[in-house]
Amino acid sequence: MNAILKTEKLRVEFKTRRFRNITTKVALHGLDLEVSAGEVFGFLGPNGAGKTTTINALLGFVQATGGAAYLFGIDVRQPIARQRIGYLPEMTYYYKFLSAEELLRFYAKIFRLPAGEADRRIDAVLKLVELEHARKRQIRTYSKGMQQRVGLAQALINDPDLLILDEPTSGLDPVGRMKVRDLIQRLKNEGKTVFFSSHQLGEVETVCDRVAIIHEGALKAIGPVGRIVAEHGATLEKAFLNIIGHQPEPVT
Amino acid sequence: MKIIWAVAGVAVKELYRRKDFYVLFIVTILICLVMASVNVFDDRQVVRYIKELALLLIWISSLVIAITTAARQIPAEKEQRTLLPLLAKPLSRTQLLLGKFLGCWLACGLALVCFYIFFGALAASREHQWPVANYCEAAFLHWFALGVVIAMSLLGSLIFAAPSSNSTICFVVVATILCLARYLDTLATAMNEPLRSIVYAIYFLVPHLEWVYGMRNLIVHDWPLVEWRFVGQCILYLLTYMAVFLTAACLVFRRKPIN
Repeated sequence: MNAILKTEKLRVEFKTRRFRNITTKVALHGLDLEVSAGEVFGFLGPNGAGKTTTINALLGFVQATGGAAYLFGIDVRQPIARQRIGYLPEMTYYYKFLSAEELLRFYAKIFRLPAGEADRRIDAVLKLVELEHARKRQIRTYSKGMQQRVGLAQALINDPDLLILDEPTSGLDPVGRMKVRDLIQRLKNEGKTVFFSSHQLGEVETVCDRVAIIHEGALKAIGPVGRIVAEHGATLEKAFLNIIGHQPEPVT
Repeated sequence: MKIIWAVAGVAVKELYRRKDFYVLFIVTILICLVMASVNVFDDRQVVRYIKELALLLIWISSLVIAITTAARQIPAEKEQRTLLPLLAKPLSRTQLLLGKFLGCWLACGLALVCFYIFFGALAASREHQWPVANYCEAAFLHWFALGVVIAMSLLGSLIFAAPSSNSTICFVVVATILCLARYLDTLATAMNEPLRSIVYAIYFLVPHLEWVYGMRNLIVHDWPLVEWRFVGQCILYLLTYMAVFLTAACLVFRRKPIN
């Protein structure tokens, strides 16, 4: 299988300066990841573990201080590496003064989609996320769930081969979460690769082929969900807590 | 280039869908109309004062639009996190910055067209003449001067954390250049070393926008057109400053972490 997403000893450090003191925080300690084509890959970890930093490094938002990261075999520092990906950030806010259709047309232009192809993709993704009825309305008038769906639509506008989703269900109601899950399943059936971080272990268990668990910037476990559960606990939640070394407080 | 135009298109849409421009335009119109309705001391030349004040208001309004629009572009994208999905696409930071610059510059150009049409109508109502070439020359140079201000504000927005502090600093710098820059060389000759060299260095380093600001006199006093070769030299001078500020902004932006 081809590795669509790959990191080699990826290291990210953040330096903070207070007067003359420079403190260094290591966010990622030499992370090695490999995601193959057609996989749904869950990226798990507690808050502050380094999930978003990993995604930020993969997308070139932060510069790696060591190691390397590749998308489709291209170094992530080159913009062309992002030609075939779709990305949904954790909290989605879009240009409030644009309508969903205008926003998607803008992103289509960035992907250099021809006008006819852009129209076809805009119609398709708006239908997929069920926002056809509101396509002409400015985004400022949308509810939170609708904004999240616009986010999904923009991530899919270029018909990506790899979809990177950062906490795609955070802040959504159960119906919204189910729709996102269904969408991931549908993309999987279409042969797309999905890399997503989440705290919702239930949905990870449902849709993921493989998962990686990261804690304090280091990779603690990686493999198929079934194997991780079998090796570390009765359920994915128990396995997750065991791997990150969480000791439950005794009930008094 | 298509990508840069796409980014610019969003910046232009932002300007005409926000209220800032309309408020400034209406306030300028109202002040000018009130001034134009008064004939102080029954002076026939009063129209010159009206024209001078109207042009001053247009300069102030255009600077407010240029600085506030440019200063908020990148910080607002960061704050609202729209920068993340944008930079996750095959778009380089340089393209984004150039698109933002072009968008702000075009938006200011559109605003200037509105302002100068109004100004022309106001002057024509009192003078019964319409020196279009003079207006075009003044507006054209005004637009290029705003390009320098926009490039400077974009650079400032990457250095200073808050858009408000950046806007204030840009306003102070531009106002100082417009009011004082022309006197710096005279000031330097009266100073001792090393202050003289420092003031001379500042004189030669700052963009002399006051030369363009002085074009108001051309319209106010009905002077003949400036030769186009001089206009061309002035545009080259302003383009050089735009390029310097934009290059510096691109270098700063390339190193900035986005998270």
